[in-house]
Amino acid sequence: MLKKRIIPCLDIKDGRTVKGINFVGIRDAGDPIELAKNYVKQGADELVFLDITATIENRSTLIDLVKRIAKEINIPFTVGGGISSVEDVSKLIEAGADKVSINSSAVKRPELITEIAEKFGSQCVVVAIDTKYENSEWKVFVNGGRKFTGLNTVEWAQQVEEKGAGEILLTSMNNDGTKAGFAIDITNDVSSVVNLPVIASGGAGLKEHFKNVFEKTKATGGLAASIFHYGTIPIPELKNYLKEQKIAIR
Amino acid sequence: MIAIIKYNAGNISSVKNALTRLGYESIITSDSEEILNADKVIFPGVGQASSAMKYLNERNLDKTILSIKKPMLGICLGQQLMCAYSEEGSTQCLGIFNTKVKKFPNTELVPHMGWNNFSKVKGELFNGLENTNNVYFVHSYYAEVNEQTTAVCDYIKPFSAAMQKDNFYATQFHPEKSADIGEQILKNFLDL
Repeated sequence: MLKKRIIPCLDIKDGRTVKGINFVGIRDAGDPIELAKNYVKQGADELVFLDITATIENRSTLIDLVKRIAKEINIPFTVGGGISSVEDVSKLIEAGADKVSINSSAVKRPELITEIAEKFGSQCVVVAIDTKYENSEWKVFVNGGRKFTGLNTVEWAQQVEEKGAGEILLTSMNNDGTKAGFAIDITNDVSSVVNLPVIASGGAGLKEHFKNVFEKTKATGGLAASIFHYGTIPIPELKNYLKEQKIAIR
Repeated sequence: MIAIIKYNAGNISSVKNALTRLGYESIITSDSEEILNADKVIFPGVGQASSAMKYLNERNLDKTILSIKKPMLGICLGQQLMCAYSEEGSTQCLGIFNTKVKKFPNTELVPHMGWNNFSKVKGELFNGLENTNNVYFVHSYYAEVNEQTTAVCDYIKPFSAAMQKDNFYATQFHPEKSADIGEQILKNFLDL
């Protein structure tokens, strides 16, 4: 049986792992390579590295860091942040990334999804959607949550599927950093309308939150950062708990 | 020396990195002589079947692969290209394995992406491993189960997670991305 994936996310700024609350208030959380190796040892199913400053400061993602990560770890990993062209993707894939995550640039030019999928395959394209609930609607935001796009979240998810995305990484900005649980409603809405793997992100604070999102939505992965970085919930403990709850876990 | 066949499909550096971690030197090459002189050959790949076969045919790499006498391991698209035919782009493939490659129906999420276990294992690749082991898959096409199947995975329907014929080995999953279990499988191949 296909297993649900537990995915630690490492937000990268200037080569260090950082974590903010509701997208601001950045704190240092350690060396990404050491953290990554440790997560692999603990049984993480995949890793995501997001260069969170790349879009804002217009920096390209840290290719050297990706090369070092690829040498050290033996599970799949995704790299995102500041990717705006097929050339950017080529560099990251050559450096050893398995997948890339695009966000703002996909909103700006949805054809980019198709271009990457045609060159590297859909399995390689993760579209990250940052969503916020506002005036009774889940809306899509970009630029680290600073800019509203005018898009409705479910409609945008359907569009990225049509364009050839292989996976959706859905982050609820309302939940991110709160440790109050994943946004079950929008995760359920998105994972029900698309026939793509959806990774739920934002709000994980307890083991029960992962159980909830896997039982109440079709999400196939749960992503979190601070609870893993700070050791609040060790991955082996989380996975044992989920196995006891009869959720398919590696 | 281990040769990793270079063609127009991605994922090559991951395989090289995995071999380096296991302490093996390898070269990435599309040179027939280097491929035929290697002790072991790995035929990796993430990509599209018809464009990959076109690339191999144009460079006579199809004939090179068929004349390899040392152990060769096809991975993912590599396994699919070693079959007789793929529905992806209606492609005639290498024909090492006597089976067809078909697209998964959309009754579940496609691609089949993530960690899954396999069963009915046989052959040296799986020395020391059990049916409960999980490995990493990412694919939308699958090889049907046939007499050359050495491991079966069940997603939507049972398919060939691994196959073997003589010196030709193949896995649909990615051993280079399958943590310790994947390393054991690669090591078993390298120890052949």
